Amino acid sequence: MGGELGVGESVIDTLRLTAEEASGLLERGEVSAAELHRAYLDAAALRNDELNVYLRTVDDGAEGATGVPIAFKDVVSTKGIETTAGSKILAGYRPVFDATVAARCKDAGLSLIGKTNMDEFAMGSSTENSAYGPTRNPWDPSRVPGGSSGGSTAAVAAGLAPWALGSDTGGSIKQPAALCGVVGLRPTYGTVSRYGIVAFASSLDQIGPIAKTVRDCARLYGIVAGRDPCDTTTVELPEPVAVPEAEDLKGLRIGIPKELNEAEGIEAGVSEQVNRALDLARELGAELGECSLPRSVEFGLPCYYLIAPSEASSNLARYDGVRYGLRSTPNGDVRAMYDRTRHDGFGDEPKRRIMLGTYALSAGYYEAFYGQAQKVRTVIRDEHAAAFEQFDLLVSPTSPTVAFELGARTANPLAMYAADLLTIPSNLAGLPGLSIPCGVSDGLPVGLQLIGRQFAENLLFRTGHALERALAFDYVPERYRTR
Amino acid sequence: MSASWEPVIGLEIHVHLKTRTKMFCRCPVAYFEPPNTQTCPVCLALPGSLPVPNRLAVEWTILLGLALGCEIAPRAIFHRKNYFYPDNPKGYQVSQYDEPLCVDGRLLLPGPDGDSEVGIVRAHLEEDAAKTVHVGGAEGRIHGSESSLVDFNRAGTPLVEIVTAPDLRSAEQAKRFLQLLRQTVVELGISDAEMEKGSLRFDVNVSVREEGEAELRTRTELKNMNSFNFAAKGIEREVRRQIEIYESGGTIEQETLHFDPGNESAPPLRSKEEAQDYRYFPEPDLVPLEPERELVERLRGELREPPAERIRRLEAEVGFALAEGLVTSGRDDLYSRTAGDRRVVANVLMNEFAALGEDASAADPTALGEAIAHRSDVSPDTFREAVAASVSDPASVSEIVSARAISDVGELDPVIDRILGEHESQVEAYRGGKEGLLGFFVGQVMKETGGNANPKVVNERLREKLNA
Repeated sequence: MGGELGVGESVIDTLRLTAEEASGLLERGEVSAAELHRAYLDAAALRNDELNVYLRTVDDGAEGATGVPIAFKDVVSTKGIETTAGSKILAGYRPVFDATVAARCKDAGLSLIGKTNMDEFAMGSSTENSAYGPTRNPWDPSRVPGGSSGGSTAAVAAGLAPWALGSDTGGSIKQPAALCGVVGLRPTYGTVSRYGIVAFASSLDQIGPIAKTVRDCARLYGIVAGRDPCDTTTVELPEPVAVPEAEDLKGLRIGIPKELNEAEGIEAGVSEQVNRALDLARELGAELGECSLPRSVEFGLPCYYLIAPSEASSNLARYDGVRYGLRSTPNGDVRAMYDRTRHDGFGDEPKRRIMLGTYALSAGYYEAFYGQAQKVRTVIRDEHAAAFEQFDLLVSPTSPTVAFELGARTANPLAMYAADLLTIPSNLAGLPGLSIPCGVSDGLPVGLQLIGRQFAENLLFRTGHALERALAFDYVPERYRTR
Repeated sequence: MSASWEPVIGLEIHVHLKTRTKMFCRCPVAYFEPPNTQTCPVCLALPGSLPVPNRLAVEWTILLGLALGCEIAPRAIFHRKNYFYPDNPKGYQVSQYDEPLCVDGRLLLPGPDGDSEVGIVRAHLEEDAAKTVHVGGAEGRIHGSESSLVDFNRAGTPLVEIVTAPDLRSAEQAKRFLQLLRQTVVELGISDAEMEKGSLRFDVNVSVREEGEAELRTRTELKNMNSFNFAAKGIEREVRRQIEIYESGGTIEQETLHFDPGNESAPPLRSKEEAQDYRYFPEPDLVPLEPERELVERLRGELREPPAERIRRLEAEVGFALAEGLVTSGRDDLYSRTAGDRRVVANVLMNEFAALGEDASAADPTALGEAIAHRSDVSPDTFREAVAASVSDPASVSEIVSARAISDVGELDPVIDRILGEHESQVEAYRGGKEGLLGFFVGQVMKETGGNANPKVVNERLREKLNA
């Protein structure tokens, strides 16, 4: 089956079309913004039933839009459009305001195609924790797309959106981008506004772009990044976003952290593809060397699973049935209402993390858990800083494995948590990371993670773009390719 | 054996800042507006909303800290205080915990028997909760009510919490401290600190111990006091209760006494103090506050002479009680601008206006000075009228005191003669030694002249004629 859909005179192949190419079509007047929007809705009509990418689509004729349509992960508040964060507790909740990133996309002329599925409150690595059913991987629908931004990455991979926004706390953009064969950027903490983003773990949450190419990623990042007076943790970008052109890597010093590349559980097929990409990097002029992040990798996961649930336990306290969202009304007082509402409204994973976090913040345990984790976070930051004294970039696989079968890890939270083993350390350090597809193993995409210094997004784009050209990865899932 | 008991009192005072907008959003700080009309995504805690601190509120907290002799922390952070309650929309209150803006201050508290110093443990900035209204059931309390409604207008109002050391030793002293603190806040222009509005609230911690004991004993907490006088009564009552318990061999349990602000005579409800675990942790949505030294010094430069020093200065002129009254009612400036005998001026400002039900602070000092200058020339009624006019119509004061004071002997003598003629028996009695009757004759003359005779002249003429 082909992905070509006729619209009027023009033919829009949403599977292949990049956002940049779509912009070109619009600029040359070959299609209208409304036609483009319609093409993606048509594609969704064709493939969404199988994939469960969109929780809802927006069929407003792309009114007022002049640019390329986009999909938002359902953590992004959209005025008047239901925003659930994949949770039953927010069913029916329609924000009265746009998130800053949504407003910036609107201002740039982008129309919203729809809101994408996700693990509930972004807690998960497979999009199976959604209250609205799992999303399936476009490369193989028996497998997960990764998570928690699996809806957004699958939408881009399946041609249901040219680009999308996701959110990344422990790896929720990078890991599903890897598993779906698309490009995803987790930006430096503080470069993209969190205002209007349903919070999971405030000190780690970042919104970032997902696209078919690095250049598209850079363009979308350029639209959403920059200081927002509504989010005091944001900063002005030190330099404007540069859409990458160069195709060589001359003089670039790439560090290969031993522990991130040799960690237990990394599949041989994954290592093979990553090594192939590193060989290409060398051919393009980069200097490669080994380095070490021992404590980051050993303590990253436990540190993350103290900090993120602690913040989440507090961030999720507002879902109490008083003002919006679900309210269960048992007999009894307000306490009974709280208990029942939260019992009925939250799935297992948010409940698990609320309990973990509440425990870690409790009197008598705070120092040993949350306090200690903050200290470890400083150690991780310092360890990365030391590595960046020798290298411009660090590389590793994004995910230890390719996409796994649906249900394979749902019974074992620790196995699920291990999916983020390689993305979590640099996230804790507040550093930007780009995942680009670097090959296929067992017919499934493999992702390469590039980690930069704070605010080094432009270097990530430049490197990612050069490698992308050299790798010549075909981002259209094999099963959708026309002969 | 009856020991000598010493009350130990500490205060926690909450003051609303009168900034134009709330602590973390741009909603207006407004009282008495229709419910839920002063709200936005931030103060309703809609998903994804984030706080942005009110810069002026931070500056005013620093200003207050300086006025209370505190050190201003070079780096302060906000913490989340986590608890579930319908008036707490986020499920946490943004407050300050172990790194507050202002620490380690002291306020000099002048007293009738000398000064004392009250330690200020800390002053920190936080956001107020919404207001819960309980419908049905008894007296608006949650217990027994049918339903509860929440008004989020107040949610997010900037609030400074001031915590004193347990340095107060009597109900009277606690009341004087509260008055002085209130005046300090009002003079800084950062709050109207009105208890009726809820812009000033406080809790009291009370314990007692035997004189000379170094350790603190178990305290109880008094909540919902609606006036300084009520607080003083509540403290006295609680001190007596604790002493009685100790003297009969009992022990004090740590508990909270909830007073009913609507009914002062109702006995307080008692509740066990639950060891609440608020799971404080640094608020990750906000960056640390790092007040620049220049800002702190600029604010320090804005401070005027503290109320305590003004009380001590005025004490020499009018005695402690009047001095304290003038300063803590904010009338000492008017006092210093009003001419006349110092004690008389102070008395008029503190007592005469109160009797008249007029607001002394609105008086015109020149007009008031004129009224006071003629106090002995006019009848008490006329004087009061002139004092009242110094507020309502200052220009009329000189007319009142001059026109109404009949000092002309030619006009008064015929009246006096007629009255003496009509009361021959009293005249005889006076002359026989009952000199107290002079007041009777003065009263008759005043009555006859419609209160307009100059009492000094009337006295003189009567004495002269009666002693003739």
